[in-house]
Amino acid sequence: MSIWQYANPKKFMDTTGPLLPWIGGASLLCIVTGLVWGFFFTPDDYRQGSTVKIIYLHVPSALMAINAWFMMLVASLIWLIRRHHVSALAAKAAAPVGATMTVIALLTGAIWGQPMWGTWWAWDPRLTSFLVLFLFYLGYMALWAAIENDDTAADLTSILCLVGSVFAVLSRYAVNFWNQGLHQGASLSLDKEENVADVFYYPLLVSIAGFVLLFIFLVFLGTHTEIRARRMRALLARERMV
Amino acid sequence: MIALLVRDLRLAVRAGGGFGLGLAFFLIVVVLVPFGVGPESGLLSKIAPGVLWIGALLACLLSLDRIFALDWEDGSLDLLATAPVPLEGIVSMKALAHWLTTGLPLVLAAPALGVLLSLPQQGYVWLVASLAMGTPALSVIGTFGAALTVGIKRGGLLLSLLVLPLYVPTLIFGAEVARRGAEGFEVMTPLLMLGGITFGTLALLPFASAAVLRINLR
Repeated sequence: MSIWQYANPKKFMDTTGPLLPWIGGASLLCIVTGLVWGFFFTPDDYRQGSTVKIIYLHVPSALMAINAWFMMLVASLIWLIRRHHVSALAAKAAAPVGATMTVIALLTGAIWGQPMWGTWWAWDPRLTSFLVLFLFYLGYMALWAAIENDDTAADLTSILCLVGSVFAVLSRYAVNFWNQGLHQGASLSLDKEENVADVFYYPLLVSIAGFVLLFIFLVFLGTHTEIRARRMRALLARERMV
Repeated sequence: MIALLVRDLRLAVRAGGGFGLGLAFFLIVVVLVPFGVGPESGLLSKIAPGVLWIGALLACLLSLDRIFALDWEDGSLDLLATAPVPLEGIVSMKALAHWLTTGLPLVLAAPALGVLLSLPQQGYVWLVASLAMGTPALSVIGTFGAALTVGIKRGGLLLSLLVLPLYVPTLIFGAEVARRGAEGFEVMTPLLMLGGITFGTLALLPFASAAVLRINLR
């Protein structure tokens, strides 16, 4: 038993297929619980009022936006090294999800920023690097869409993902240098003394778990769609031959 | 490799298009800016370093798809790939040729255009220094983008979409050097960062460019 047996598309489909509704259901349950708990059963912050509650959407989506890219990086490496097609397709399926998460994080941030900072947008390092990350997602998806041959597309996008990761990290620290921050620091770190208060922390954790499950669900679903689309193309090609 | 460089330079100069076009584009962008933001020299001198950097970057972008496209169409790229020279070296020479025909003229023309935007006196040295330090990185990164999109028909727009996010760190540090220079601040830190990016991309990115070129030629 090793993880590599799931590189077989059939094995992957058979294993994840029955799991899909469960993951989707668990994700829905977690998100609904987290949001309802967060929105209706936590006190207002003494300075930020009820606007603080957007944290239950903002933080999980921002977290997933970065982790989706990281997952794409790992999947790209697996494709480049071991050439498992499922891996390349999973990376492809993750990109639109990650891009959507980036947009959600930027939009919820803007909605929160308007009453709190008095502006929809500021050229703050975190905001700027998220915008740049969004551009990376766009380029990655555009390259997938532009190339007809599947294997070539997988190879090229994988290398773009590797190079892009380096430049994304570079940009992250370059914008730090370029402008001072307005965004608050991290308040969810495991190793820090002072974090966000427990009342807000637990519903946030539930919501984050929901977003992680949602991401896994969507990536699995997207990978399934891609595999089925490929099977269909193969069948059509075979029919034309006969 | 020297022969390849000479050939590329000769093609660029004699075939026309790429060589003068980038410069003309740079000039037009810089001339259009005062029409857009108004002619007050105080405002212009404040934004001059940034405008010059963005103009140089766009002019550089304009000629990127010519790096490989023509060689790809007439098949000489296949010959180059089978030549007894590592593909990484060929890619580096291509980038160098692009820099000599696009980046270097931009560096030399920048002070003249700085006059149009009333760049402060002390800014010229650092503007030229930052462009001279930064434009090689633009060429090398652009070569990677050109190698990625070489097989795609009408890949120009896609090329811009792929390359522009990669230009962010270079632009930040380059424009920062020029801005600090113009305002008379200390410029060493961003200049060293810019140099780090340039030499880092010079050392590493040709491998990625050669890898994608091999995939595209498969």
